[in-house]
Amino acid sequence: MAKDGAGAAGGMTDAAARPPLVRFEAVTKRFGGVAAVNNLSLDIGAGEFFGLLGPSGCGKSTLLRMLAGFETPDEGRILLDGRDIAAMPPHLRPVNMMFQSYALFPHLTVAGNVAFGLKQEHLSRPEIERRVAEMLALVQLHDLGGRKPHQLSGGQRQRVALARALVKRPKVFLLDEPLAALDKKLRAETQFELMALQEKLGLSFIVVTHDQEEAMTMADRIGVMSQGRLAQVGTAAEIYEQPATRWVAEFIGDVNLLEGTVSEAAGEAVTVTTSAGTLRATSPGAVAPGQSVAVAIRPEKFHISAEQPAGEAGNGLAGEVTDVGYLGDMSLYKVKLDTGIVVKAASVNVTRLLQRPIGWNQRVWLTFAPDAAVVLTS
Amino acid sequence: MPQTGLTQTRWGRRLVIALPYLWLALFFILPFLIVLKLSLSQTAMAQPPYLPVLDLAAGWQGLKDFIGALSFENYRFLFSDMLYVGAYLRSLSIALVSTVLLALLGLPVAYAVARAPRRWQPLLITAVILPFWTAFLIRIYAWINILQREGLLNDLLMALRIIDQPVAWLASDTAVYIGIVYSYLPFMVLPVYAALEKMDESLLEAAADLGCPRWKTFWLVTLPLALPGIFAGALLCFIPIVGEFVIPDLLGGSQSVMIGQTLWTEFFSNKDWPVASALAVMLFALLLIPIVIYQRLQTRELEGR
Repeated sequence: MAKDGAGAAGGMTDAAARPPLVRFEAVTKRFGGVAAVNNLSLDIGAGEFFGLLGPSGCGKSTLLRMLAGFETPDEGRILLDGRDIAAMPPHLRPVNMMFQSYALFPHLTVAGNVAFGLKQEHLSRPEIERRVAEMLALVQLHDLGGRKPHQLSGGQRQRVALARALVKRPKVFLLDEPLAALDKKLRAETQFELMALQEKLGLSFIVVTHDQEEAMTMADRIGVMSQGRLAQVGTAAEIYEQPATRWVAEFIGDVNLLEGTVSEAAGEAVTVTTSAGTLRATSPGAVAPGQSVAVAIRPEKFHISAEQPAGEAGNGLAGEVTDVGYLGDMSLYKVKLDTGIVVKAASVNVTRLLQRPIGWNQRVWLTFAPDAAVVLTS
Repeated sequence: MPQTGLTQTRWGRRLVIALPYLWLALFFILPFLIVLKLSLSQTAMAQPPYLPVLDLAAGWQGLKDFIGALSFENYRFLFSDMLYVGAYLRSLSIALVSTVLLALLGLPVAYAVARAPRRWQPLLITAVILPFWTAFLIRIYAWINILQREGLLNDLLMALRIIDQPVAWLASDTAVYIGIVYSYLPFMVLPVYAALEKMDESLLEAAADLGCPRWKTFWLVTLPLALPGIFAGALLCFIPIVGEFVIPDLLGGSQSVMIGQTLWTEFFSNKDWPVASALAVMLFALLLIPIVIYQRLQTRELEGR
């Protein structure tokens, strides 16, 4: 679902060549002694679609609100286009935000809401009317300009909020949980519309979300936040396939973590002795024999089979199915290994299941390639 | 069995709906009809002090005689004497000015309470309605004490050297305005607070985000959203102030009277029940317009605008 890796990587090189549009420099924000954002540094490039992902209370919204000017950092600096914006009140900042509640003015019409920000810029009336009409057309609300917010559906309200902020042509567009109030189907549609909009306008988007699918679909790069710090910053593929820590691996998607110690290390190829047996895995960083690590294997990386595999090509684990979850497109299995450990495996249902090959209490073999298992040190 | 059960619930439902109407008929419409009838009667040196008296013993003929004797003479009299028209106009203008003063004073108070930390708000609202714990009459007498020649206000102003001669506050329009604004302030503060309290605070952030400075946000967002509350408060104050009797009688001067006082004089001093009743009916007719407006606003509010 993520944007293609090459494009995202290209964006990053561009961002590295130019000074970043937004720079957080060792920013700390405390609420009553508790650090909501803790010594956090982050660069976001111009034209980048950046996703801030994390569980509720991780500080992602606080970070966004500091950029908008609603909170002031206790320590550190925030630079926008190379300028420290600490002293700049929110109404003078060239950033605009889409609020989670949308915060539409209930006493103004749709057009009135969209025109609100332009009126503050003291533009001429025809200019305001032209830009409002243009913006409403862009979000496909041109015939609803005279409605009041309470006469709109949730999806339409979301579009008004979008139009109201974007019509200001901000340098950075901030979205606080933009799709949280929409139902699942509308959410998926809107995700792609937001991506198209960002591409068309060429603005920097920073979207805060607790929904990993949303972040992975839309963002060029994702910052995974935990307890006020960035646990990992990377493309969707990077944080999924090469999680930096156990926490990231568990937060993004489903994962089996098998604790163990390194018994052999030759470059990236590492052998780890775990409670589930000796496994061959891949380590992005250097590890030494004797070091305690975790081997992370995504459920879909297992190949599940009812027959014992012939060759010893990769890793093989034997066990018994204790639970089967049929999801339609795929099936999830809980497998109790002979060593007593329970792991999750997933397999895509490529054929229609006339006779189910794998069921409860069946003996199965799980195999996976060494490069499908990642060694995590922290 | 189920049939009777259903009939019983239906009757029960009807009774519940009928009860408030019954109440209104008994304690509002009936008394009003009596006052209306009185206003169409004539003064008489008799017991009761008016004519005609409905003689139910005379039957149909009695009713006919009674209706034939009714007249609009009192209403004609009201409009012929500038005393009454003047009292009406004064009442309306005092109510109007007071309501504007109340709005100007009530809005900042309500705003301050609504913007105070959540845990303080119940306490502050209690402070607003605290005066109700003391009898209204006693509070107005207290104002006499404050405003009299050797009263608290003059002492204070002289101590601060703002004035060097005591000012005659009492028996003036100023005193009436002070008394009215003081007494009715909670009726303005509470609806405005209710309107401001339910306002989403992210609206203010959104306004700032869109480039609106704080002072301007007040005019463009806060005030328009408080407007339904201000309207409700204004009518809640305006309607009873027009008929106010105690405050102008105790604090106001004798040279300028409001309609409530005129009514009292006609009824108790002049013993002219018919004219007093006509005054009351006119007052009611006058207030019907703002009451209808208030009703409309309430319905609109309920429908979610």
